[in-house]
Amino acid sequence: MLTIRIEMKTFAIPGQRQGRTVFRDFALDVPHGQVCVIAGPSGVGKSTLLSIVAGTDREFRGVVDGRALPVGMMFQTPRLLPWLTVLRNVELVSPGREQEASRWVAAVGLEDHANEYPQRLSGGMARRVALARALAVEPALLLLDEPFASLDEATANTMSLLLREVFNTRPPIALIVTHNLAQVSSLADRFVVLEGSPAVIVRDVGIARGGGPASRRGPASLQAGGAE
Amino acid sequence: MSNSLAASANAQRWQSVAALLGMLLIWQAAAWVVASRLLPSPFEVTTVLLQEALQGELAFHLGVSLTRVIVSLSVAIVVGSALGYAAGRSRDADLWLKPWIVLLLNVPALVTVILIYVWLGLVETALVFAVALNKIPNVVVTIREGASRLDKDLTEMAEVYRFSGTRSLRYIVLPQLAPFFLVTLRNGLALTWKIVLLAELLGRSNGIGFQLQIYFQNFDVSHILAYAISFGVVMLAIEYGLLGPLERRLGVWRR
Repeated sequence: MLTIRIEMKTFAIPGQRQGRTVFRDFALDVPHGQVCVIAGPSGVGKSTLLSIVAGTDREFRGVVDGRALPVGMMFQTPRLLPWLTVLRNVELVSPGREQEASRWVAAVGLEDHANEYPQRLSGGMARRVALARALAVEPALLLLDEPFASLDEATANTMSLLLREVFNTRPPIALIVTHNLAQVSSLADRFVVLEGSPAVIVRDVGIARGGGPASRRGPASLQAGGAE
Repeated sequence: MSNSLAASANAQRWQSVAALLGMLLIWQAAAWVVASRLLPSPFEVTTVLLQEALQGELAFHLGVSLTRVIVSLSVAIVVGSALGYAAGRSRDADLWLKPWIVLLLNVPALVTVILIYVWLGLVETALVFAVALNKIPNVVVTIREGASRLDKDLTEMAEVYRFSGTRSLRYIVLPQLAPFFLVTLRNGLALTWKIVLLAELLGRSNGIGFQLQIYFQNFDVSHILAYAISFGVVMLAIEYGLLGPLERRLGVWRR
């Protein structure tokens, strides 16, 4: 179980003594194997939440418990190392498992580009490499920040199928941040919708994976206040 | 595309060669007009150069000076990089180092060399120390610039994927600092060999600087030019044979 308790998280605003409060007394628990989609308007704190869970944002009061290792993460931007080829970028996070790296590069459909440098790739291809890298560590905790943004529909569907396969065969705890609920609906076990400042959970809906109506509070509540 | 690139590289090479030939022609013409032993022709200087080379004198003094350049520059780069990295990453370190750097950047090389010789004696360590001390502030300034611009996103990525310290250094930090190290090396070679020659002239009994001093006392311009040119040629060889290819290798991913 991943337990997130944030007593206080503020962002400094230049020139102002008081920062903006992003989270106050925020709590979220995610059981093992659950795919939890976090939605909400821009600036509500979705990516901040991911950074706190990933451990890169330590400037908050609170605790994150049960952070399972290893962590695979797809950031909003691909964050590939431009001086390493596609394959080396993926290999780098899973030392000693080079075969696996090749397999993941192929799984995202980039085997023909394995030896190219990221500079040569399109934005969508770079995001696919980032996904391959996140999956190559065989994550116990998978954090995806807008995984399908800037992908064309066909690619987004392929990536979605790949993720579904991963979630079915070796389910990690997964947190997916998105603007576009439709794209991730087939992957999710649960939708959490954040709103306001500080952010509060306004909807928390469990569904059967694949979009079926096995809801905790009913899919109607999601319809009412789901996506932006 | 690659053809036109190759063509433009060829054109650049021809321009370099033409510039060198032009310089030689002007020199030859000036020597011919002045007709004095104070301005020997390129041919005379080349003869002296060959003579010294055949006697083994040139190789010995060149070797001594080059070793001093390499040792002093290495010391300066190791110490300067560590300080520069600290200054680039920590505001406190930067504040502590700044006055020292500004002071050292503005002390004339001659003063540093004289003072270090006075304090440490006319020994090899004193030369290396004095030359390195002249170069360290430049290294600090360059590497500080690089370290302060390290990409925070990539550092975070390395953190999430639990990179070890050495892994981060090798794959995240050093590649980003590489262009700054190249600048340091290039400027460093140019600055260091000038100061090494000065330090040799002032307080050593071998090396190109020492030879220059002897020939200066005799107003033997042929020998002065022969030694100066030989060192310049070595520096050019390092630039074109070592630094250039290194730069191209490091920049492969940019193409």
